[in-house]
Amino acid sequence: MTDTTWDPSKPILEIDHLSISFFTRLREIPAVMDFSCTVMAGEAMGLVGESGCGKSTVALAVMRDLGKNGRITGGSIKFKGRNLTTMNDEELRHIRGSEIAMIYQEPMASLNPAMKIGAQLAEVPMIHSGMSKAEAWKLARQIVADVRLPDPDRIINAYPHQLSGGQQQRIVIAMALMAKPALLILDEPTTALDVTVEAGIVDLVKDLGEKYGTSMLFISHNLGLVMDVCDRICVMYSGEAVETGAVKEVFDVMRHPYTQALFRSIPLPGADKNARPLISIPGNFPLPHERPPGCNFGPRCDYFQQGRCDAGDIPMDPVPGGDRHETRCLRWTEIDWAAPPARRAVKTKAPIGKVVLKMEDLKKYYSVSTGAFGGGMTKVVKANETLSFEARQGETLAIVGESGCGKSTFAKVLMGLETATSGSIMLFDENVQSTPIQKRNTDVVSSVQMVFQNPFDTLNPSMTVGRQIIRALEIFKYGNSDEDRRNRMLELLDLVKLPRAFADRMPRQLSGGQKQRVGIARAFAGGAKVVVADEPVSALDVSVQAAVTDLLMDIQRENGTTLLFISHDLSIVRYLSDRVMVMYLGHVVEMGTTDQVFQPPYHPYTEALLSAVPIADTKVERKRIVLEGDIPSAMNPPPGCPFQTRCRWKSKVPGNRCETEMPGVRTLAGGHQIKCHLSTEVLQQMEPVIKVAAE
Amino acid sequence: MLIFIARRLGIMLLTAFVLTFVVFFLTNLPPNLEKLARSEGSVRMSDESVTAWIEQNGHGGSVLTRYGQWLGMVPGWVLTDEKGVTRGRCIAQRQDPAEASRFCGILQGDWGNSTFFKKAVLPSLGEKLGATGWLMLWVMIVMVPTALVIGVVSGMREGTRTDRALSTFSIASTATPEYVSGVILVALFASPVTGLSPILAEWGWIDGKTLFLGAASPDKITFWSFTLPVLTIALYGIGYIARMTRASMTEVMTAQYIRTARLKGVSFGQVVIRHALRNALIAPFTVIMLQFPWLLNGVVIVETLFNYKGFGWTLVQAAGNNDINLLLGCSVVAVFVVLVTQLISDIGYVFLNPRIRIS
Repeated sequence: MTDTTWDPSKPILEIDHLSISFFTRLREIPAVMDFSCTVMAGEAMGLVGESGCGKSTVALAVMRDLGKNGRITGGSIKFKGRNLTTMNDEELRHIRGSEIAMIYQEPMASLNPAMKIGAQLAEVPMIHSGMSKAEAWKLARQIVADVRLPDPDRIINAYPHQLSGGQQQRIVIAMALMAKPALLILDEPTTALDVTVEAGIVDLVKDLGEKYGTSMLFISHNLGLVMDVCDRICVMYSGEAVETGAVKEVFDVMRHPYTQALFRSIPLPGADKNARPLISIPGNFPLPHERPPGCNFGPRCDYFQQGRCDAGDIPMDPVPGGDRHETRCLRWTEIDWAAPPARRAVKTKAPIGKVVLKMEDLKKYYSVSTGAFGGGMTKVVKANETLSFEARQGETLAIVGESGCGKSTFAKVLMGLETATSGSIMLFDENVQSTPIQKRNTDVVSSVQMVFQNPFDTLNPSMTVGRQIIRALEIFKYGNSDEDRRNRMLELLDLVKLPRAFADRMPRQLSGGQKQRVGIARAFAGGAKVVVADEPVSALDVSVQAAVTDLLMDIQRENGTTLLFISHDLSIVRYLSDRVMVMYLGHVVEMGTTDQVFQPPYHPYTEALLSAVPIADTKVERKRIVLEGDIPSAMNPPPGCPFQTRCRWKSKVPGNRCETEMPGVRTLAGGHQIKCHLSTEVLQQMEPVIKVAAE
Repeated sequence: MLIFIARRLGIMLLTAFVLTFVVFFLTNLPPNLEKLARSEGSVRMSDESVTAWIEQNGHGGSVLTRYGQWLGMVPGWVLTDEKGVTRGRCIAQRQDPAEASRFCGILQGDWGNSTFFKKAVLPSLGEKLGATGWLMLWVMIVMVPTALVIGVVSGMREGTRTDRALSTFSIASTATPEYVSGVILVALFASPVTGLSPILAEWGWIDGKTLFLGAASPDKITFWSFTLPVLTIALYGIGYIARMTRASMTEVMTAQYIRTARLKGVSFGQVVIRHALRNALIAPFTVIMLQFPWLLNGVVIVETLFNYKGFGWTLVQAAGNNDINLLLGCSVVAVFVVLVTQLISDIGYVFLNPRIRIS
C-alpha cells in the first residue's frame, strides 16, 4: 500500500493554512483558523491546548471525518505529498487504518461491545491487505503480545468489557498498529486512565514509535506528557496555533504570552500555595463565534496593547535562532521574557487548630453477588480496611490513590451516604459512624459538605444558580426569611468571586470553572467545617484549575475549614496540601506531611506513583518506574501485602513475608507512617524520584 | 438464575390472582347475574324469582367465597331443593352427589361451561387460541423483519431523504388504529364495488370478484384470505417497532466504536452489518416481546372485522352475551400470555447483552 513515489526526507504530514468551520443553522462557526504544521518521518508532534481550542478538530480533519456539518474551508492537508482534502471516499478508505491510524480518548467507548477483540483486530489486515481470516487472527495474537498484554490467547477471545481500562487502551493501540501505519494520531490517549497505567501506555507508545518508525500526532492537554513523548510541540489557543517549535525550546524559551501564562498556572515542583502561588489566567476562553478582533488571547493577555494587538489578523512570526520556532505574537521582541510575574500575591499560612475529625479503624465492606440474575456466590469487597487518621481545623489533608483504591468509598462513609461496617468517625466529639445522612441533624449535615468532581452534572439544569444556593440554605435552616437567605446567597457568590448577576443565570450559561464555583458556594452555604473535595478540578482546564484551587485555599484561610482533598493528581496535591494520605486497595499505605511523603523514604507504591506523574519542566529529572500489570481486583485481593504483586522492592524483604503477612503500620521519624515490611536501612537508601537540576 | 426465575414466577402468580379477582368481581356484579338469570331461566321472571334463581344456582354469598369456588380453593356449593334433588357446582347432571368431588375450579381444570356456546370453556378456548396463534405467527413473520429492515435502513443515515420517507411511513402507519386501517384495506382490496377489485376484474386479471377475501377462517389459511387481516395488525406494529429500531440505530451510528470502525477503513456497508447491527437490535428486542400482549388486543378488532373465529372474536362474543365463565377464561389466558412474555423478554435481554451478566 505504500506509495512508492514518496521521498522519506519530505514531511509525512504537511498541514498548510488549514481552516475548518462547522455550519449550524444560525451561523458558520470557525473552529480552526490558519493552522499550519509539518510532521517529518519518525517525528512526534504534540498538539497542546485547552478544551475547545480545536486540537481534536485538526486530528479529525486529517482523518477527513468532520461529520455532516464540519467542512474544510481553506488550506490543504498533504499526507506523503498527496492532498487529503480533495480525496474521494474510496481513496480515503484505503488510507484510513492502513496509512493513518488513530487512538482515542475513551478506550471503552471506542471498542465494539458486541465483537470479540480478535475479530476487531483482524478486520484491519483483512480489509487492507486481503489477508485470510486465520492469518489475520494470528497477526492479531502477535500484535496483542507486542503491546505487552499478558495471555494474548485469552484476550483475543474476550469481549471489551472483560478487560480493564488500561488493557482496552492497549487493544486500541494494537488495532492502530495492525497495518503498520506511517502516521499515528493519538487523541488524549491516557486522559481516562490512572497515572501508573498512563506511564505504561506512554512508554509503550514511545517504544513502538521507535520500533516501527511511526510518526505521531499527539494531542493532549497535559504539558508534562507532551514533554515525555514528543519532539516538537504546537500550542493552540482558540482555533489558532500560537506557538510552535521543538519541545525543549518552547518549554524553556517560550515566546508567546499564552504559553507563558499556561506554564505559570500549572503546579510544578517548587510552587507553594503560600510563598509562590499559581497564577491563573484571568478571564474566560472566548466562544468560537465571539472571538475578539486581532489577537484571540488579547483580552486575557498581560502585554495587550490597544490599537495594535486588536488591529488585524496576526501572522506566525519565526523566532530566529530556533529550530522552526514560530510565534503568533506582535510584541514578542518587546517583552522581557525573563521578568518575574508581577501579580504574585504572597499569602500567609493559616494556623492549624484542634482536631476536628478523627477516624479510628474504619472499615467498609460491601458484599456483592456474582451471578447473572442476582444469585450466585456472594463475595466481600473490602473497600476500606482499618482507616485511622485525624484532621485538624484549617488543615488540608490530601487523599491520593488510583481508581478503585477506596478513596470515594471513604468520602461516602464520611458524608453518611453509606454507613461504616465498623470503627468510629468522631466529628467534634460526636460519633457519626453509623448514622446515615437521613438521620443526621442539620448541624452535622451542614458542617460536613462535599464539592463534587463533575460540575457539569451536579447542578440542577432547570434551577437558577441563586435558587440552588438558596435551596441549600433552606435545607440547612439558615435565616428566618427569604430576604435573609437571599442576602446570604449573594454573599456566597461574592465569596466564590462570581458576579452577583449570576444569581439569575441558568447553569447552562456558565463555563465549567464557574459551575464549580457555584458548587463550592453551595458546599459552604451552611458554614461547613469539613469539606470533602472529590477531585474538584480534574474536569477543568489547567488555566481554570489554578483559579479554583486558589479559591478553595482562600476560603479555607478565611474560615479555618478542614479540607479533605481527594485527588489522583500528585502535582496539585503537592502544591496545596499540608498532609498526604496514600491509599492502595483500601489500605492507607503511607501517611505524613507533604514533605515526608514526597521525599524518601517512600512506600514503594508512593515511589511508583511519583515517578509516573509527568512534569512539564525540562529541568526536572525523573526516575522512571513503570508498574507491571493492573491493580488487583478488590474482590480478590492478593494475600499478604496488597501491593506485593507489583512491588519492585519485594526481593529486599527476607523470606516470603510480603506474600503471607499484611504489614503493620510503622511510624518513622516525625510521625511519618508507612505500611511496609522493608527494613529501616533499605528505606534509608531510597533515592528521590524527582530531582530538580540546579539552575 | 433459578432464584431470579422463582422470584419472577412468584410475582407473576400474585399478579394473576389480583387481576383475575378484578375480572371476577366485575363480571359477577349483581346486574350481570340478574341478566344471567333472565337469559338462563326466563325473560319474564319476577324480581323475587330472579333472586331465588341466583341463590339456587350458587351465585349468592360473598364474592370472595364465589371467587374461591371458581379458583377451586373453596369447596363448590351444594344445595338441596324442596323436591330433594341435590345440585352443586361440582355435580354433573345425573351424577350421584356422593361421588362428585368437593373442589372444582380452574385449578382442577374445570373452567365451567359457556352459556352462549353451550360447550365446556377449556376445550373451546384452546381451539380458538390455536386459531389466533396462526394469525399471530403470520403477523410476526411479516411484521418483525419488515420493521427491522425499515428501522435499520432509515437509522443508518439519519436525516437523509430515505430516512425521512421511511420515518413518515412508520409514523403514519403507527398512528392509524386497526379499525381504520382494516376498513381502508377492505375497501381498497376486498370490495367488489370499490377500490382496486372492480378495475382488476374488468381487466380480467382476477378470477373472483375481489382481489383479497374480506373474511378469513382458521380452517382454510390461504394467501388470499390471510393477507388483509395479517396486514391490518402488522401495519401498526411495523411503524412502532421501526421507530424504536431507528432510534436505537441512530444512537449506535453516532457511537465512538462506529467511528473507530470507519477510521479503520471499514466500508459503510460493513460498518452497518458487522458493527452496528447487533448493538442496535438489543433495544427493539424488548419492544418486540412487549408486542405479544398488545397483539392480543389487536386481534379483538381484526378478528371481529374479518369474522375470524379466534380468541379475540370469542372474547367479543363472551362479553356481548354476558357469558361469565367464558369471559373469565379469556382473561386468565390473557393474563398468562402477558406475564409469560414479560418473563421471556427479561431473560432474553440478559442473554443478548453480555455486559449485563457481570454487573
